[in-house]
Amino acid sequence: MRAYSFVQTVCVLGLLLPAPTLGAEQRPDPAAAQALRREMEELRRDFETRMSALEARLAAVETGRSPASTGPQERPVPATPAEPGPPTAEVPAGAAGAGGPSGVLPVYGNVSAASKIFNPDIAVIGNVLGAAGKNDMTGAPAFRMPESEATFQAIVDPYARADFFLAFGEEGVDLEEGFVTFPTLPGGLLAKVGKMRASFGKVNTMHRHLVPWIDRPIVTGNLLGGEEGISDAGVSVARLIPNPWVFLEATGQMFRGDSEGVFRSTRRGELAVLGHLRGYQDITEATNIDLGASYAFGRSDTGADALMGTERPATRLIGLDATVRWRPLRRSVYRSFIGRSELIWSRRDQWDGRHAASGFYVSGDYQFGRRWFTGVRVDRSARAENALLRDTGQSVTLTFWPSEFSQLRGQLRRSTYAEGSRAFEFLFQLQFSVGAHGAHPF
Amino acid sequence: MERLPRAAALSALAALCLAPMVRAQGPLILVTSTEDLASIAAEVGGDRVAVEAIARGYQDPHFVEPKPSFILKLQRADILIVVGRELEVGWLPPLVQQSRNRRIQPGSTGYLDVSLQARILDIPRGEITRAMGDVHPLGNPHYWLDPENGKIIATSIAARLSEIRPSDKTLFTERAADFLRRLDAAGKRWQAMMAPYKGEKVVTYHRSYTNFAERFGLDVVGYVEPRPGIPPSPQHTLGLITEMKRQNVRLVLVEPYFDLKTPRAIGRASGAQVLVLPPSVGGAKEITDYFKLFDHNVGRLVSALRQPGDAR
Repeated sequence: MRAYSFVQTVCVLGLLLPAPTLGAEQRPDPAAAQALRREMEELRRDFETRMSALEARLAAVETGRSPASTGPQERPVPATPAEPGPPTAEVPAGAAGAGGPSGVLPVYGNVSAASKIFNPDIAVIGNVLGAAGKNDMTGAPAFRMPESEATFQAIVDPYARADFFLAFGEEGVDLEEGFVTFPTLPGGLLAKVGKMRASFGKVNTMHRHLVPWIDRPIVTGNLLGGEEGISDAGVSVARLIPNPWVFLEATGQMFRGDSEGVFRSTRRGELAVLGHLRGYQDITEATNIDLGASYAFGRSDTGADALMGTERPATRLIGLDATVRWRPLRRSVYRSFIGRSELIWSRRDQWDGRHAASGFYVSGDYQFGRRWFTGVRVDRSARAENALLRDTGQSVTLTFWPSEFSQLRGQLRRSTYAEGSRAFEFLFQLQFSVGAHGAHPF
Repeated sequence: MERLPRAAALSALAALCLAPMVRAQGPLILVTSTEDLASIAAEVGGDRVAVEAIARGYQDPHFVEPKPSFILKLQRADILIVVGRELEVGWLPPLVQQSRNRRIQPGSTGYLDVSLQARILDIPRGEITRAMGDVHPLGNPHYWLDPENGKIIATSIAARLSEIRPSDKTLFTERAADFLRRLDAAGKRWQAMMAPYKGEKVVTYHRSYTNFAERFGLDVVGYVEPRPGIPPSPQHTLGLITEMKRQNVRLVLVEPYFDLKTPRAIGRASGAQVLVLPPSVGGAKEITDYFKLFDHNVGRLVSALRQPGDAR
C-alpha cells in the first residue's frame, strides 16, 4: 500500500475507480453504479486536465530540465507542491474546479518566480500612539510611532517552523522575537530556540498589538524591567502533563540572563531560568478559566558591575495569573468578556540589600458590539529596586475595530506616582495590519 | 548560590521529560474543523473511526477561539480534516502547532484539506486587496453547501482513510460509495423540491450560500454585509433595500450567528421574508447530519417561498 504515490492519494479516483471493477457495488443497483461511474469518469477527466496543466507548468518552470517526465502519474509529479504546501500553490487546482483558467498558466516574472511560494508569510503591524494631558513622570510625546512590528513566519522543514518579529521603532530596528519551533519532538515536547518573550504570566508573552490596552500594566514596568518585560535569548521546552481533568502545561526556559531592568549576566554561567505552569478548564461551552504560576531566577540588573569575581546579587520573581473568558458561541462575533489579573512578587538583591516588592493589576474587557470593546484596569505596584515606592493607576479603554485589520483605541489613565505626582492623561492608538492574515489572539 | 540556576533549570527540564504517552489501538481518531466534515467522515468511516469536531455548527467558523482544550483533542488525533481555503486561518494553525502531534502537521498524511478537489467558487481574479473586506484569496470556503462537493469530500476522506488504514480500504470505499448513492438520491429529491423556484432572487448576510445557491438555482443578488466581514452600514442597507424592491427579492437568508436587527429592518422595508438558514450541521437542533442539513434548509426555503394558496 505504501506504493501508492502522492498523486493517487490526492486523486480521489485513483483509489475509488477500482472499486466498481472489484464488483463490490455493482450488485445492488446497476443504474446507480452506472451514474456513479459516469460521474467518476467526469471527475477523472477533470483531474487529468488539471494535472496535465500543472505538469506543463512544471515543465515550463524547469525549462527543459526534465522533458521526459510527461508520462501521467510519474513519481516526479509530487514535486509540484499541490496539496499540503503553502496555500498559494492550491490556487490552480481550485481555479480549474471553479471553471477558471485551465491549461498552461502563464508564469509571471522570471523562472525563479515559483520560488516565491516558499517565501514566509509577511505582515506589518503599524502602531501610532498619541498622548494628551499632563504627566511629569513619563514624558511621552504627543505623537510617536514606536515598534511597528514586521513578522515573517514559515515552515522550515518537516521538523520546524520559524517566527520572526522585528520591532521597527523611529530610531532603529530591534529583534523583538526570533525563534524556531520544533512541534513534533518525541515525548510530546514543544521546543523553541531563539530570542523570545519569556513565559512569565500572561501580559509578558503578549506582543504590543495583542495587549488589550495602550500601555502595559504598571506592575510590568516596575517589576519586570519596563514596558518590554522579560525577553531574552535561550531555549524553551513545554510539555502537556497528561491527566484526566484539565489542560495542564509545564514550560521550562533557560535564557542567557540578560533582560534589561531585571536580569543581567556578566558570565556564561549566570543564566536566567524560568518555569511556568498553566492550567486551563472549560467551565461551560462559553466560559473558561485559565490559571498560571510562574517563577524566574537570574542575576539582578543592578547597573554597576564592580567586584568582579564575587557572587552577583540575584532576582527571584514569582507570578500568579488568572484569566476568565466568556464568549457565547451563538453570538461569538458580538459579545465577549475577558477578566484578567496578575500578581507578581519580586525579591531583588542589590548592592544595598534585598528589596521585596509586589504588585498586581486587575482588568475586565467587555465586547458590546461586533466592533466595539470597553475595558477597565486597576494597577498597583511597588518598584523592584525600592520596595518602599509604590505607584497606582486606573484606566478606562474604548476600542473600535473598523475591520479585522485595523483598530482604534482610546484610554483614559489616572496615575499616582510614589514621588507624589499625579497624572491624568488621554492616550490614543491606531493600529493597522497589512499582509498575511495572522491568528486571532486567545 | 552559584549552582542554583543550573540546578533549577535541570530539574525543570527533567520534570518535563516524562515518558511519551502510549497510544491505544482501536478506531482511527478523526478530528474535523467543522461538524459538516465530522458528519461526512462518520458516514465514510463507520465504526472504524471516532470523529470529533472543533467548531460547533451554530458558531461562526471564521471566529473560533483557539482554546487549549482543543489542543488536547488534536494531540490524540490520527487525522485532522480541514475545510481549507483559509476558513480556519485565524484559529487552527496555532492549535495544530501546539498539539505536539506530528501525525497531523500540514504536509503529513494525517492532515487532510478536503477543499483541494472540491468545486470552489468566488476565486477572486485580478487584483486582490483588503479593500474588498476579509476576502478569501483562495475562493469561497463554504463549498460544503453543495451536495456534489459533499461527494468529493467523502471520496477524499475515503482515500485518505484507506491510505492510513489499508486493511479497512474495502470498507471505507464501500461506505463512501453508499454515501454517494444516498446523497444522489436525496439530491434528486432536493432538486425536485427546489425546481419550481429556480432563478428565485435572494439576499444573504455573508457569502455562505454561494455554492448552495448555485446548486439549487437561487440567484444571490446582494449581501447584507457591504463587504465580507464588514458589518452592515446604513448607506449600504438603503441601497440594498432599493435594489431588492426593484428586483422583487422575497427572501433574506441569515446565518444563525449573525444579528437579526438589520436583516429584519431590511425585510420590513423591502417586504422580503427573513429566514435563518444554518449553513452547517449542528446549526439547529434537528440538523444532526449532512443529509438533515439539506432536508432542513431546502424544507425551510420551500415553505418560505410557497405562496399561500400556491398549488406548487
